[in-house]
Amino acid sequence: MNTILSTVIVLSSLGVLLALILYFVAQKFKVFEDPRIDEILDILPGANCGGCGYAGCRAFAEVLVKNDDISALLCPVGGSSVMTKAAERLGKTATVKDPLVAVVRCAGSCGMRPRINLFEGAKSCAVMATTYSGDTGCSFGCLGQGDCAVSCGFDAIRINTETLLPEIDDEKCTACGSCVKACPKFIIELRKKGPKNRRIYVSCVNKDKGGAARKSCGAACIGCTKCQKVCAFDAITIAANLAYIDHSKCRLCRKCVTECPTNAIRELNFPPRKQEIKND
Amino acid sequence: MIKTFRSGGIHPADNKISADSPIETVAPEGTVRIFLSQHIGAPATPVVAKGDRVKTGQLIAKAAGFVSANIHSSVSGTVTGIDATADHLGIKKDAITIKVEDDEWIDDIDRSDSIVREIKLTPEEILKKIADLGLVGLGGAAFPSHVKLSVPPGKTAKYLIINAAECEPYLTSDYRVMMEHTEELMIGIQILKKAIGVPVAYVGIEVNKPKAMEKLNALISEYRGIEIVPLRKKYPQGGEKQLIKAVTDREVPSGGLPIDVGAIVHNVGTTFSVYEAVQKNKPLIDNVVTVTGKNLPVQKNLLVRVGTPVSRLMAIAGGIPENTGKIIFGGPMMGKAASNPDAPTQKSTSAVLLMPEKESHRGQPSACIRCSRCVQVCPMNLEPYLLKRLSERKMFDKSETNSAHDCIECGSCAYICPANIPLLDYIRLSKTEVLKMKRNRK
Repeated sequence: MNTILSTVIVLSSLGVLLALILYFVAQKFKVFEDPRIDEILDILPGANCGGCGYAGCRAFAEVLVKNDDISALLCPVGGSSVMTKAAERLGKTATVKDPLVAVVRCAGSCGMRPRINLFEGAKSCAVMATTYSGDTGCSFGCLGQGDCAVSCGFDAIRINTETLLPEIDDEKCTACGSCVKACPKFIIELRKKGPKNRRIYVSCVNKDKGGAARKSCGAACIGCTKCQKVCAFDAITIAANLAYIDHSKCRLCRKCVTECPTNAIRELNFPPRKQEIKND
Repeated sequence: MIKTFRSGGIHPADNKISADSPIETVAPEGTVRIFLSQHIGAPATPVVAKGDRVKTGQLIAKAAGFVSANIHSSVSGTVTGIDATADHLGIKKDAITIKVEDDEWIDDIDRSDSIVREIKLTPEEILKKIADLGLVGLGGAAFPSHVKLSVPPGKTAKYLIINAAECEPYLTSDYRVMMEHTEELMIGIQILKKAIGVPVAYVGIEVNKPKAMEKLNALISEYRGIEIVPLRKKYPQGGEKQLIKAVTDREVPSGGLPIDVGAIVHNVGTTFSVYEAVQKNKPLIDNVVTVTGKNLPVQKNLLVRVGTPVSRLMAIAGGIPENTGKIIFGGPMMGKAASNPDAPTQKSTSAVLLMPEKESHRGQPSACIRCSRCVQVCPMNLEPYLLKRLSERKMFDKSETNSAHDCIECGSCAYICPANIPLLDYIRLSKTEVLKMKRNRK
């Protein structure tokens, strides 16, 4: 009887003592965490893609709560709707940004750019780029091993087996930018999704002089400046024999598309053009 | 005693089928394209313009900085342009194109066959001459020779090692130089010894070259302070770090340079060009290129002017045989397959190898069976299978802690892998990424 009693007393006093220690320690080393972080985390899509530039959704939520000015921040996956929701909850203002989408700036399909040698190494663009200039005459174009498709967390990129070029699914693409980082040739760019998904861009990154570029690929931009001259909005710049259309200035008038002698300028999701009536 | 390095190494068939073909001189013809960057370091700055007439041996591009090299015209003729030209890897680099007209040399060069034995210049003058005449290491990496010979303050050079191992299969250019220019080579070694002030030079040579060894031994009594070190036939015996280990039993620390253990290594080709530069005033405008392949009707060792299109060399050796699978610049182990057979040769081009179709393809890769043979053969004591996995997962910080940057890209791991895994491809990616990270940290 005595043994049981002493055991109970010892153990319960020990319990109370430890509880007190734990209580004081918890008070002393308390870390204040803003309860809003968890709420914001619920609003965010939870893809943990890193497209916002931070290490996952929680890190981004912390930044949203901590920073007073969140106008420069954007969750590319959630887009403006998520950002406005989060900003409302926090009593801050988020700027509405145009949704972006990834575009592949290379049109060097097998027909345009014949393979002049065979690459037998590891199936990876990054590896191929460290070894040599690629299996076609163009040393700037897509290598076609599919590092972008592997990097995509949303299954939005597929390598077309006929053209050997990546194709992006507009619906699935969230513009997180992981393919942009994965491409060793810097071909993929995030551009404005555009009204009704309509976009115009130069589908080439070849910086060779006109003749050399044309020789290596039938769809290469040759830097002829024709598009620049026809553009009424100053949206086109030409640097290093390569045209670039500034998507913030482009008004989608489509004049440059018809002007391009090599069809290097792409228009996407536009209705078919009206047939011009010719009076001969 | 036959020496060798301790860890790793493989024994590929040496296939030195061009060993008995004497060096033939290829007369300049057509056009040559001379790259401004044929060495490690900054590309040279051109000092000629389109339309200029140049003579053979004339300076056409000046070294841009200390780690860079002068470039001289290898032919006489008219400069027709300076523009981007694809090298054998298809990578576009600036090159000076010269249309060949006659073969008129500048006056300073002694073109006689006589051997100049007396070394008149002081060490400083020798170094200056080597830098002025654009010498680079001809072993493959093309490191500017004067940089290698300038011992940084606080370090002392104790060992001069001449790399005559030529462990790469098929290659015989160094072997032919040893056979035909033995005495010039000996004088070259004496010049290097004087330049860095060491009493003894060691010539590391693999035992599969008994004739060359005999030739060198015959001249040893005449040229004091040269020791011939026979080495076991093992690849990569001619790797700089492996050679130092074999000859001096010292190990270059990770990330360090040979001078950290007091060693300076130059290969046979470089030593011969040192002789020509210092004694004959001849810049590095030509080098011996082995043109070889099992299907070629004739095997050739050609003395070629820098910038000659490789297609011309192959034409001299009887044209590209029908069942050729690959044209390789360099040897089968470390050389790189050419994507452009018209690419010009560079200072460090040592061979053009035409691999028959059936030998040239890689096997289908399958899963790693963890046999650890790649670990056993790695001469740098790395773990290739691990580095490959890290590289695949883009874990380059871990690649660094596993010393990916120490890889010498010898290819032993990929050679031995029974699952045909392209280990070196992935390790090379890690290596470039790790070196990039290290540079950014500075």
